[in-house]
Amino acid sequence: MTLLNRLLKSREALLSVAGTALLGLIALRAPGFVAPGNLASVFTDTAILIILAIGQTAVILTRSIDLSVAANLALTGMAGAMLNAAHPEIPVPLLVLASAAMGMALGAVNGLLVWKVGLPSIVVTLGTLTIFRGSAFVLSGGEWVNTFQMSPAYLALPRETLLGLPMLAWLAVAVIGLAALGFARSPVGRALYAVGGNPVAAVYAGIDAGRTVFRAFCVSGLLAGLCGYLWVSRFAVAYVDIAAGFELDVIAACVIGGVSISGGVGSVAGAVLGALFLGVIKNALPVVGVSPFWQMSISGAIIIAAVLLNTRAERRKGRIILRHRATTGQEAGA
Amino acid sequence: MTTPTPVPPARAQHASAQDTRLLEMRGITKLFPGVRALSDVNLTLRAGRVTALIGENGAGKSTLVKTMTGIYRPDGGDIRIDGAPVVFTAPAMAESAGITAIHQETVLFDELSVAENIFAGHAPTTRFGLIDRKAMLARAGALLRTLDAPFGPHTRLKDLSIGQRHLVAVARALSVEARVIIMDEPTAALSQKEADELFAIVERLKAQGRAILFISHKFEEVFRIADDYAVFRDGRSVGAGALADTDQAEIVRLMVGRPVEQTFPKLAVTPGELVLEVEDYAHPTEFDGVSFQLRRGEILGLYGLVGAGRSEFCQSLFGITRPSRGRLRIKGRDTVIRSPGDAIRAGLVYVPEERGRHGAVLAMPIVDNMTLATLPEVSRYGVISRAREFALARRYAERLDLRAASLSQPVGTLSGGNQQKIVISKWLATQPDIIILDEPSKGIDIGSKAAVHGFISELAAQGLAVIMISSELPEILGMSDRVLVMREGRPIHLYDRAGLTAETLVRAATGNTDSHPELAA
Repeated sequence: MTLLNRLLKSREALLSVAGTALLGLIALRAPGFVAPGNLASVFTDTAILIILAIGQTAVILTRSIDLSVAANLALTGMAGAMLNAAHPEIPVPLLVLASAAMGMALGAVNGLLVWKVGLPSIVVTLGTLTIFRGSAFVLSGGEWVNTFQMSPAYLALPRETLLGLPMLAWLAVAVIGLAALGFARSPVGRALYAVGGNPVAAVYAGIDAGRTVFRAFCVSGLLAGLCGYLWVSRFAVAYVDIAAGFELDVIAACVIGGVSISGGVGSVAGAVLGALFLGVIKNALPVVGVSPFWQMSISGAIIIAAVLLNTRAERRKGRIILRHRATTGQEAGA
Repeated sequence: MTTPTPVPPARAQHASAQDTRLLEMRGITKLFPGVRALSDVNLTLRAGRVTALIGENGAGKSTLVKTMTGIYRPDGGDIRIDGAPVVFTAPAMAESAGITAIHQETVLFDELSVAENIFAGHAPTTRFGLIDRKAMLARAGALLRTLDAPFGPHTRLKDLSIGQRHLVAVARALSVEARVIIMDEPTAALSQKEADELFAIVERLKAQGRAILFISHKFEEVFRIADDYAVFRDGRSVGAGALADTDQAEIVRLMVGRPVEQTFPKLAVTPGELVLEVEDYAHPTEFDGVSFQLRRGEILGLYGLVGAGRSEFCQSLFGITRPSRGRLRIKGRDTVIRSPGDAIRAGLVYVPEERGRHGAVLAMPIVDNMTLATLPEVSRYGVISRAREFALARRYAERLDLRAASLSQPVGTLSGGNQQKIVISKWLATQPDIIILDEPSKGIDIGSKAAVHGFISELAAQGLAVIMISSELPEILGMSDRVLVMREGRPIHLYDRAGLTAETLVRAATGNTDSHPELAA
């Protein structure tokens, strides 16, 4: 019974139930949507959102926010594409690593400004968001890097399939696995929760709160850099405005997934489910014949519904605390 | 009207003792899903008298206050004011009936002026419905004068000390012509001097014929300021009457329902080797010239008024701030501590004062909290082992007699005493040589207090060196082997336990030769 209770209380489980119900509803109108092959392609389509949402979760857990992820993605994507166009002889894996490293460096800039200068993360990343996009413009001179300019290998990597799934999906799976382990079971991951849950207590426990926030921004940047490559090679074009506004989708995925904006609460599973939820809606609405103009409103409504559910869950927790306190009080006196 | 109207004194002065009953609560029951928070409780508040409400944490004091002030509606029983039954469905109704609570951490608006704070929500208005600033400032000024406040109505709240903020809260209560004033732990954050000032105000309110409900954990205060008492235990009334007819032992017995033989079980320990030597520690603004030595098995009490620099000094020992001067030797070795991580590695830990704010991560499970300072020890190849974590947590939960349904429970769901145990466990798990305890029993109930004291004493017996910051004289006197008194950031004197009296300490801490004789008891 306690296991069932815990399952019912966990946001991840609730989200899975809601997601399954959603798929069921979609299947009523478009049975083809829930075919395994189509679901796999929805997953692949959502892979970049998933990876970015995981990075964002690390940041949000520490009570910060990274608005610069999409701009980071655009800049690293542009830089990678230009490098590939200019030097097709550089091996693709090296370019992928370079993109990730560059993304991490950009994330480190955010992290340092928050950590060492003590600026609020929302201000810092609002600034770097514009700077990164601007840099992408300066770097490219506003020019596009088109399909024919990039090497075939550069474009092919995410599409290569292994066991029926493209590399893009496998990369997302790998990031999910590593992050799930890292968040829950590594001292650095635990520090994210401690710093977000109670920064002062974390300091007294010998955790360097500033460094932890810095690390979270590095993770977010690293994953944004990786996604820079993935995005450009998937869509086979790089230009200044790629993924414009995508940071909001990323944050939405986290929020839907139960990652608390006030820090300290959330999980990789939640972020992944939140991203998938958005991915399913985005892919399913056209299939069931809902106008794309409605999609944004529907996504927005879902975000608010998710937050509502989360706050309701919090409130219920409050009443349980009260009951518990009162009972222990009675025990103590008895 | 420029001055607060006192309660019509006619009733208080000319009527018989029976009729001084201002507020009566009879048979109040409050149910929460699955629990009776209050069960048939009674409380009588009389005009011109201070009633102390006493009980352990969780006894139902806060629930009763919330029932009185219209935040909760009782499920049974009745409330009468001047003998007439009243029903409050909203806090505003209780306020207009003359019942006001001054809260523990007085909730006011930092950025607004004192006058705006006093009249927030009920500012005098002009004909056009705008706030009448002139009238507001005049009335606020008059209220502040009756309280002898050393600041004016224009002062911004954020420029006031905590004690002065209490004055603002009292002025606010007077501005709504409160006849019943509830003070919930009003002295918790006050220095002795500020508390004395507050008591003077309480006396004045009393003389004006108001009824005061005074909630406090500190017996000295209760016996000093209150006339009547009411004791709650487990949501029931277990005793009430005039304080003159009872004594501290009797009230403690009522509270806990069992006799407390020994509140401070300090074990006699022969001090061992030297573990900590502090030499001339100084900080540019917080403290200066602190030196002492500490041996294994010793408890060093750090006494002083709030703001004497005790916590600041210890935080600097622990690496949260850096000293500007001074030398530190731990276990005979010169040590430089640059961060709390360094301190923990050197065997020095700090259990901070406010558990909620500094100690525990409330949303995290018990296990995760307990291992927070020892993650490398419970990890293998950089991966945390849940099995090791649980083993460690179980060990300390048992050792400290932790009461929790499950170790996976968030710490926020536990009582204050149990949270304290978890915070202490976290530090003990690092197996330190020196432990700094900042106000270890602040805000926890008397039963848990005894357990925490017993435990500290046991730690010392096991060879831990303890530095205990405390503002409670009985705790300092009962627990410490030696006491270092600090005043305004400077060490005043290092006393030995033998023959040390409360009066000596208070004198040293306040710097007054004519200090508080009532505290010497």
